[in-house]
Amino acid sequence: MIATGLAAIALAVAAPGAGQAVSSAPLANTQLADPQAEAQAQDLMEELRCLTCQSQSIADSNAPMAGDMRHQVRSRIAAGESPEEVRAWLVERYGDYITYRPGIGSATWPLYALPILFLLIALVVLVRRLGRNGE
Amino acid sequence: MIAELGLAALWLAAGLCVLQLFAGVLGARAGDDGVVSALTRPAAIVQGLVLLVSFACLLRVFAVTDLSVALVAANSHADKPLIYRISGAWGNHEGSMLLWVTILGLCSALVAAFERRMDDRFMKSMLAAQAFIGLGFIAFLLFSSNPFARLNPPADFGAGLNPLLQDIGLALHPPTLYLGYVGLSVAFSFVVAGLVTRQAGPELARVMRPWVLAAWIALTLGIAAGSYWAYYELGWGGWWFWDPVENASLMPWLAATALLHSVGVLAARDALRTWTIMLGVVAFSMSMVGTFLVRSGILTSVHAFAVDPERGGFILALLALYVGGAFALFALRAGALAEGKRFATISREGALVFNNVMLSAILAVVLLGTLYPLLAEAFGTRVSIGPPYYNPVTAVFAVPMLLVLLVGPMLRWKRDKLSRVRVPVALCVAILAAGLTVLVFFTEAGVLSTIGLALAAALALASWFPLRGRKLRRVPLALWGSMLAHFGIAVSLFGMASESAFSIERLVAVEAGDVVEVGPFTASLRAVEPVAGPNWSALQGDILVSRGGSETVLQPQARYFTEPAQNTSEAALLTRWDGQLYAILGDAAGEGRWQLRLWWKPFVTLIWYGALLIALGGLLSIFGHLRGSARSRKIREEVARRRAEKERRARA
Repeated sequence: MIATGLAAIALAVAAPGAGQAVSSAPLANTQLADPQAEAQAQDLMEELRCLTCQSQSIADSNAPMAGDMRHQVRSRIAAGESPEEVRAWLVERYGDYITYRPGIGSATWPLYALPILFLLIALVVLVRRLGRNGE
Repeated sequence: MIAELGLAALWLAAGLCVLQLFAGVLGARAGDDGVVSALTRPAAIVQGLVLLVSFACLLRVFAVTDLSVALVAANSHADKPLIYRISGAWGNHEGSMLLWVTILGLCSALVAAFERRMDDRFMKSMLAAQAFIGLGFIAFLLFSSNPFARLNPPADFGAGLNPLLQDIGLALHPPTLYLGYVGLSVAFSFVVAGLVTRQAGPELARVMRPWVLAAWIALTLGIAAGSYWAYYELGWGGWWFWDPVENASLMPWLAATALLHSVGVLAARDALRTWTIMLGVVAFSMSMVGTFLVRSGILTSVHAFAVDPERGGFILALLALYVGGAFALFALRAGALAEGKRFATISREGALVFNNVMLSAILAVVLLGTLYPLLAEAFGTRVSIGPPYYNPVTAVFAVPMLLVLLVGPMLRWKRDKLSRVRVPVALCVAILAAGLTVLVFFTEAGVLSTIGLALAAALALASWFPLRGRKLRRVPLALWGSMLAHFGIAVSLFGMASESAFSIERLVAVEAGDVVEVGPFTASLRAVEPVAGPNWSALQGDILVSRGGSETVLQPQARYFTEPAQNTSEAALLTRWDGQLYAILGDAAGEGRWQLRLWWKPFVTLIWYGALLIALGGLLSIFGHLRGSARSRKIREEVARRRAEKERRARA
């Protein structure tokens, strides 16, 4: 898989007149040869925020920075890292803002605690509303 | 001159609004039959017409590109096609708020002119509430968002409309959504009148229902149009991203869906009185929250909002006033309302309560996810909440709701036994089990997609179960509507799950002649050539795609707009009965090669066809209920006539 990445880089560097985005981030718009690794990378890229866009994942964005990040994700996955390792590395670099899948941390726990509360309230309402009138 | 006329009309409308409010409040007091309060209805009708004049003036200055009007200079350009010059009138903040107010005024006028089912006091309270809402927004326009402000000296050129918005889907999207928001305000005003005059029975539900349904249909279509626009115009192949702007339209839809089912229970069974009233308040609050989120600029950045808080502050104040006032009125009066008729757990009402509670919980999750990042940012941390959060968390509530939907519509009102519907339930369970087995063992679909596909299959059949034991020709129109809408949910759900489970993406750099396989298609790039449009130039790819011997040419474009300068990607779509092939032309990749992005998305179109079916179902329901209402009024009149005649004869 590393070989694939290197081959792609070599190809891009060798290409005369290639656009800047292509030469600096060859994997921005090139899928990995291994379909399973590509699927992993794709799933992760869809969950990472393009920091220079408004509400777009890096998979969906044409911005240069999104391209660089796609390249990072693909080359790290190709090098054998797991998607969660790549995500952790990105969160460490850019903060929680980068991921559309908020973890459970000091700033994000209410996002999971409150839906559980909603669930409990829903159950209480249902039991009171439906139980009371039942036979 | 036209701009001044428009502004004058807006001021006149403000005056009429004050009159309507004043007269309505007078009329809402018990025992009033004064001259002033008699003006409520006429004031509402004239106000609607005057607002229409004002909006027509705005359309006019945009149509002729009058560059001495600041709004036109900032948002339009003479070179645009006429349709986009006109739609540009509401493709900006001021214009879209004027559209909002105009639709509100027209709806008030409609109610004032045609609604005769409720007593005078109720109607005056209702129109006073409408005037109160309208006045706030007209004041907002006049004091902080004047669409008719002049520019002196006039601009030489207009700045143009964002090319992404120069699209028929987006020309129609805002008016449709606003119709939905405003429709919910009408429902809300009925609720307020119900609270003020302490009438919260089936009559209230019957006058509310067409408005709730109409609002819900408009929201359904508005959301679907917005989603399809994002899908083909933004060029990333996705159709929903749980973006705050999308959520701003989804939240009122969720509330309206709950409300329309609850209104149905109130109309048919006189149960769920407080619940319906509360949902009416919540639904309107959600359309206010939606308006606030989209119109205050808070979504672009919390900081931008804090730096220039005038507009956002105004809308926030309106939001607090209306929502706070509504909940206060609800808290004061709800205790005095009788809860209504009772029912057993296993009954149509029981299933609908379940639907209502689950929809409310989903609404709460979406509201949390939408507001949380704003709150967090205000406290100095930034978080992103996207599909990986919303999909599973909303599914926790949506899946049980859909399971109940398989059975609920078959149940009888008041009390029923599950054993009565044994056969259809067994059928549903069989389909679910078979679907899950096949998907788990023979495909690589994710958990949610798998559940979605199986549920969709079961619901597609189950939505027609209410026909059981009925003569086809005697099925009421409203029931056809509800079955069709539920079937539409199944169709839409199938499209969503299929798109998510089975999409195939290819990202390639190719030169002319190269062949790429994507799903069942082979695609080959033949050429990339420059083309020109009215206000853009473009590079256009020429891709020959074939499947099983039939060939088609797809021509995706990379467009370069002038006025304003911006690049957009025009996707080329090939629609087949079983899905869409989606092609994007990317950048040059050197050595005469081009980036192509190709997707095969099986059954993706079902998402929007489903939405159309849902809306059509709603429409059938409206007609069915209005016809039923007219028929029962005729019967009542007939009965009264015969009774009078009998008495007359007895006296003679």
